[in-house]
Amino acid sequence: MSTETLYQTWYMTQRQLMAILRQPVFLVITLVQPVIWLFLFGSLFRKVVELPGFGAGSYLDYLVPGVVVMSAVSSNMWAGMGTLEEIERGTLNRFLTTPVSRTALMNANVVQQGCSTAVQSVLIVLLGKLGGADYPGGIGGLLLLLLASVLLGTIFGAGSNAVGMLVRQRESIIGINSFLLLPLTFLSSAFMAPGLMPSWMRHIADFNPVNWALVAGRSAMSADPDWGDVLSRGGALLALAVAAVWLSTRTFHSYQQSV
Amino acid sequence: MTTAAPAVEADGLIKTYPGGVTALDGMGITVAAGTVFGLLGPNGAGKSTTVKILTTLARPDSGTALVAGHDALRHPDRVRRAIGVVAQKSGADPVATGRENLLLQGRLYGRRGAELGRRADELLERFDLAAAGGRLVRTYSGGMQRRLDVALGLMHRPQVLFLDEPTTGLDPEARTAMWEEISRLAGEEGLTILLTTHYLEEADRLAERIAIVDRGRVVAEGTPDELKGELRGDAVHVELRDTPDEVDARLLATALGEFAAVREVTVDGRRLSARADDGPAAVPHVLAVLDRQGAAVATVTVARPSLDDVYLRYAGRRFADADTGTGGSAAKAAVPATSAGGAR
Repeated sequence: MSTETLYQTWYMTQRQLMAILRQPVFLVITLVQPVIWLFLFGSLFRKVVELPGFGAGSYLDYLVPGVVVMSAVSSNMWAGMGTLEEIERGTLNRFLTTPVSRTALMNANVVQQGCSTAVQSVLIVLLGKLGGADYPGGIGGLLLLLLASVLLGTIFGAGSNAVGMLVRQRESIIGINSFLLLPLTFLSSAFMAPGLMPSWMRHIADFNPVNWALVAGRSAMSADPDWGDVLSRGGALLALAVAAVWLSTRTFHSYQQSV
Repeated sequence: MTTAAPAVEADGLIKTYPGGVTALDGMGITVAAGTVFGLLGPNGAGKSTTVKILTTLARPDSGTALVAGHDALRHPDRVRRAIGVVAQKSGADPVATGRENLLLQGRLYGRRGAELGRRADELLERFDLAAAGGRLVRTYSGGMQRRLDVALGLMHRPQVLFLDEPTTGLDPEARTAMWEEISRLAGEEGLTILLTTHYLEEADRLAERIAIVDRGRVVAEGTPDELKGELRGDAVHVELRDTPDEVDARLLATALGEFAAVREVTVDGRRLSARADDGPAAVPHVLAVLDRQGAAVATVTVARPSLDDVYLRYAGRRFADADTGTGGSAAKAAVPATSAGGAR
């Protein structure tokens, strides 16, 4: 990647971050939603830790990574809406007729989404701390949870961008998102210990990237991390994220076939 | 800059969209450097597709396109550096200020530092946006946004500027202002402008040469005067007080046809049209003939041929009839009225 591409990535990222900061309503909603999850699920399921075999001491400890990961999915899967808006407004076409590198255009989306996911995750972790959650894995474990949620967000963000560019219909993105979010979350260990999940669900969860992020994050955050789990799930997330970004960059070509 | 080489040279462009819609069917134009060239045609004629290919946004199925001396298909990056594009849709970022939009645009062309800021301020000043430069673009009026679009296209001092329907959607006042700005640009630094429009008046007023586009091809090309001159003479329109019956209408046409100074006489309802080399001189004779035939005259008008007449001649239909796209909103508005009428 040339220096010019790096510069361009930075300028395009800056543009997107400024746009987010200038839309306070959007900002507040993205930040408030995780708080609601944390509060609702925390109160609703408080007693599940008492089930034999759950394994965690406090449900909040268990819930924080769940909400971090769920929020990473739910905020990034709307990325395609922004792309769609830029297509409809003509902004994408304007950029495509300048010498800006296509890689920089797509990377800016990834970096911006990564930054947003990181900020959101940090806030959830801090809120959890305020509520009395305990993070025995320390700062290192939390950073790995953050990394896992950013990678997971990248997968869904890039996928959503690709759908936006290929299908170019808001309804499709809305449909796909509503269809996916809850099943993906509940087919993972986000809210329920894997040992208490029906075995068929547990098998599906093994193939669910949302669960990979949870397994890697929770393990890294525990007092005694299983580094094999962290590396295998983390590596799988990284590979999938790279593939998703590559795919979404490819969709530029098919987009240009159709303009 | 060499003035001899054309700024744009496109030949045999064919573009079919998925679904079998043929947008371009052998499109070809040559634009001399430093001139304003107008692509005139109704919506759907292929103007925008041509611009998209020349600005490297779309690829044709076949054909060649050279822009500023570079092959748009093989070296799109070189073309991108040489051109400025003002597309039909604004494309400015609404949640950034006008000045930020300009700065980013300049940076994408590799401009940095103090020169970048100076250029942005210069353009804001020039397009009467200096006071609004620090405001978010979403607060701009339509005319202001359009001026910012043109400024964005000029930020890196391009050799060729593409203006795709620059005044569509503007109110008459903003349109006149934009025309003045484009005329001013045309005189500058050897800038070549390729303008597309479906306003006859706009092409007539701004472009030195015009290509009339219909169904993906150029059907006529020349200066506005050449195109109008090919029609030979003025149009004389007479509105009769009463609608003549069929026999009378034929008699009128025959009587006028015997008179050598006019030709192509048509009678359509109360409306009688003819063509004359010297319209004003022919009027008294026409009136005398009509008087002799006992046809009372309501109004007489003499018109220099318009581009509409040119379009009619080359595309075989009236411009307004072909322009289904712009007529669309009016037609759509008319639909509920018709159905309501039918229900009554």
